[in-house]
Amino acid sequence: MSLATMFKRNSLLDERSTWITSVVLIVGMLAVVVLHALPTDHAWHLNGSVVSLLGKYLTYMLLALAVDLIWGYLGILSLGHGAFFALGGYAMGLYLTAQQAPLAPWQAVMAHFPVAALAVILAPGLLALVFGWLAFRSRVTGVYFSIITQALTFALMLAFNRNEMAMGGSTGLTRFDELLGFALAGEGMTVALFVASGVAVLLAFWGCKAVTRSRLGRVCMATRDAEARVRFIGYRVEHVKLAVFVLSAMIAGVAGALYVPQVGIINPSTFAPLFSIEVVVWVALGGRATLYGALLGALVVNYLKTVLTGVMPDAWLFLLGGLFVVVTMFLPQGVAGLMAHLRRRREVTA
Amino acid sequence: MSMMDSQRMQRLREFARPDRVFDFMAPAESPVDVRHGPILYLEDVSVSFDGFKAIDNLNLTIDDGELRCIIGPNGAGKTTMMDIITGKTRPDRGQAWFGSRHNLLQMDEPQIANLGIGRKFQKPTVFEALSVNANLELAMAGDRRVWKTLLARLDHEGRERIDEVMEIIGLSGERDRLAGVLSHGQKQWLEIGMLLMQRPRLLLVDEPVAGMTEPEMHRTAELMTRLAGQQSVVVVEHDMGFVRSIARTVTVLHQGSVLAEGSMDEVANDPKVIDVYLGGDESSDVREGT
Repeated sequence: MSLATMFKRNSLLDERSTWITSVVLIVGMLAVVVLHALPTDHAWHLNGSVVSLLGKYLTYMLLALAVDLIWGYLGILSLGHGAFFALGGYAMGLYLTAQQAPLAPWQAVMAHFPVAALAVILAPGLLALVFGWLAFRSRVTGVYFSIITQALTFALMLAFNRNEMAMGGSTGLTRFDELLGFALAGEGMTVALFVASGVAVLLAFWGCKAVTRSRLGRVCMATRDAEARVRFIGYRVEHVKLAVFVLSAMIAGVAGALYVPQVGIINPSTFAPLFSIEVVVWVALGGRATLYGALLGALVVNYLKTVLTGVMPDAWLFLLGGLFVVVTMFLPQGVAGLMAHLRRRREVTA
Repeated sequence: MSMMDSQRMQRLREFARPDRVFDFMAPAESPVDVRHGPILYLEDVSVSFDGFKAIDNLNLTIDDGELRCIIGPNGAGKTTMMDIITGKTRPDRGQAWFGSRHNLLQMDEPQIANLGIGRKFQKPTVFEALSVNANLELAMAGDRRVWKTLLARLDHEGRERIDEVMEIIGLSGERDRLAGVLSHGQKQWLEIGMLLMQRPRLLLVDEPVAGMTEPEMHRTAELMTRLAGQQSVVVVEHDMGFVRSIARTVTVLHQGSVLAEGSMDEVANDPKVIDVYLGGDESSDVREGT
């Protein structure tokens, strides 16, 4: 059977949450584009900086989706997904840098957009393939896996800090001018990148949904809950984990590539272990194993972060920590779980 | 072209035949060879953990289609034996063959499972977050590779097979319920049902009636008897009443090796067996069986 018929027969949109999420995403995206197109003196006009901020949120949502795919459905807690995000970002950053200054000889191929676009997916994918193969083959699971993912992202942070990498050292890559021949500073570009991010989120959401609803998705959940049983049924658990882990890393890479031109910089701090942990907090807050929960969590937490770091910069980390504690203690299923609970209660009383 | 070259060419052509996958990629599935009688053959198997001999020179032969009960006091090595057969534990010495063709000691868990050895754990392990239907679907025999699994679709035949197994294990009414909300007995049956979906040649069942009520136990006994004949079944159990109700041949395991083997009556009257059990907690169980 082909992939296309799988999508069709699986009838992706028969689940209410999938349907609602898709509509909200599309309508939200259109609304932003329309509001931005209003005359600048109109009260509802959204200016370019807000659009590009929202675009940044979308790339975070994409990253959260990638984390939820492996944490929520496969039970693999990666505390190093920022590494894949950053690799995708650096691939894009190299391409953007090449538009105004020559790259080091061994990086020169990155000046071609198709090569860079491929690297956005392949670099994180290959890293995940090698790392995952070693880890899953040796049956590294649980907290041990989480710790080595932290080590992975930390090691990469140290490596990318070095000037020998010819990727800007601790400053990173910045001062980008144009993408595909268009000026990055232009309003049209801002909207285009926003829309591209939105479309990427939508496609990734549908793709992840298709995977999680397939038999493979059920094998994933089964592995999460009773790994030994899955082995004795005859599935190669390490292959399943590896495949989904690589897919997740690739999604994270795309997120990073879309993030860089909108933010205008990529530096080793994206590899910082703390960032990867923050991503996990978004997903936990939104609710694991629902996909839409991850999207919601990433949006809400990052919006709060933008607002609060503006008003009370010192309070933000306390709030983030507090949120995590509250969610872990009182909302183990996150906001998505809370919503599902309220809906069930309403159905019971009705 | 010289003779050697053409030979080499021939080999290369054979290697890269367009009508099939490379030999090293082809699944090593060949039918289990039981022409010589036994489906499972353990010889002089020993394994020790930190100096403790869990299995000590164990010899065991299970015939095709047989229903065998294995009893023995705690620590007799029953679960370790199952671990060895299913590839979870590698023995220090000895041989383990499935039929006369497949060396179990050279395979890992998924390979052995796909070869046709199903295992039921002591504690019921079903996939709690999935429905009864999905549990059975996952266990269904089929191509287990990642890509095939992603595209897999339940066909008519598969659906009928699930219905059939649900009927056998008496869970037809629970099709869409999550496995996590089933009763303890129902979970045990679901796990047996999952084994049936695998279409195994050999079923290893670890304490199927632990924690079951009397009527549930009767039903399980019925289920086990029904399974034997279609496939070989090895049941490890403590409950003597249950063993008596299904057993044809009983093997008594003690300190990692076989103490006695025979019909329930023979075994229960064997002085060695009585000796071992009289010291243990289960002496009353054996006498109850006698």
